[in-house]
Amino acid sequence: MCSTCGCGSGEASVDGEAHGHEHRSVDGTTHTPYGTTHTHDMAHTHGATHTHDHHGVPAHVHAHAHAHCAHGFDSAPVLESAPVQAHTAGLAPSRMLRIEQDILSHNDALAAQNRKALQQRGIFALNLVSSPGAGKTALLVKTIRALGDRREISVIEGDQQTSNDAERIRATGARAVQINTGKGCHLDAHMVGHALARLEPSQGGILMIENVGNLVCPAAFDLGEAHKVVVLSVTEGEDKPLKYPDMFRRASLMLLNKIDLLPYLEFDLGLCIANARRTNPDIGVICVSAVTGEGIPDWLVWLEQGVRSAHAGGAKTATSADCHVREPEPVLEAREPEPVPAQVQTQ
Amino acid sequence: MHEMTLAVSVLQIVEDAVRREGLRHVRAVWLEIGQLASVEPEAMRFCFDAVARDSVAEGARLEIVTTAGAAWCNLCSKAVALAELGAPCPHCGGYRLRLTEGTGMRVMELEGE
Repeated sequence: MCSTCGCGSGEASVDGEAHGHEHRSVDGTTHTPYGTTHTHDMAHTHGATHTHDHHGVPAHVHAHAHAHCAHGFDSAPVLESAPVQAHTAGLAPSRMLRIEQDILSHNDALAAQNRKALQQRGIFALNLVSSPGAGKTALLVKTIRALGDRREISVIEGDQQTSNDAERIRATGARAVQINTGKGCHLDAHMVGHALARLEPSQGGILMIENVGNLVCPAAFDLGEAHKVVVLSVTEGEDKPLKYPDMFRRASLMLLNKIDLLPYLEFDLGLCIANARRTNPDIGVICVSAVTGEGIPDWLVWLEQGVRSAHAGGAKTATSADCHVREPEPVLEAREPEPVPAQVQTQ
Repeated sequence: MHEMTLAVSVLQIVEDAVRREGLRHVRAVWLEIGQLASVEPEAMRFCFDAVARDSVAEGARLEIVTTAGAAWCNLCSKAVALAELGAPCPHCGGYRLRLTEGTGMRVMELEGE
């Protein structure tokens, strides 16, 4: 199984080609095609005495030397070993290794490489997440057409199978690369690094990463984006932000899609937005329709502010507040027994 | 959270460590997982057992230490304990919370020979 993306060996692919797993050299350095890491080995020893409580095994006092080895360009792992004399009665001698490493440190390191490379090129990168069928691809198509020649958008598409979404994007004239995760349920930084090397997004443009449709797993996997944007459609229920708090907490913006269907639904728009704010008080909200185009101008304004921030070199620090996100307080006309057209006002 | 992918990451970290230190077998691994980290401990154990088969950590015991969640309440202007994502402030019942502790997932140490 791929130790980075959890897929079966050889299952994940980028544009039909099996993606090479990260090369891990003897000294533990990792790299992807879109950036490199460095290692810095600093070894020193000193004597120390301390007690380990082996969680149910009788505690022993150990006197031993520690060898410290720090590696990686980020602040992570320090490998500390107790090389001798650890002893549990009745068993072969064992050692305790202190690790203290974040479980997602490998992915985070690769994401940092992606982020740095994107920032150096002034590219504004977004990670689009949603449940399946919320309308991510349709929104992307609408966005690309609305932007026209004003801004170049490149797209990385993620699905378990097929290149349908990448082909829909390419039909607009925009460049796209398709990642197929096989059995994998989310994109990770390693896959995105490979896709970036193939896609080569233009300097100063917008990169959209459309994640696998899934409101659970993609949440904690940093891809190197400036922001996560969660797409929720009005056919999904107002309590989605409460049911999937991790995802909504990590998103800077919620695009509430399919508002053209509101006249036919028992959907409480205000409640949905309140729930999103309950989970994430800082989340921006823009109500949109990929079909009618409603709300898209506000979304383009948000994008443009992000692009300018990326050009200024501060894409990652741009928050929804910094970008002056429109935070509409939509007003629905009172619903009579016969449905009347709902008016969603954006400020 | 996707425990299978996390278990694979844990194994990778463990394998890196044993390779560096020349260990042959891992007996136990200690994880520190925050209350707010959206990880199901039993699912982690199941997944780790599965991914560790035929590896240097096959049969290793997985010990999970849970760290407490905490947040800063903007309404109370103080730090509060928070046991789960989506819960309100235990003092004022509000939701203006910024998580400060308990979201991490770390491999802390391992025992091997």
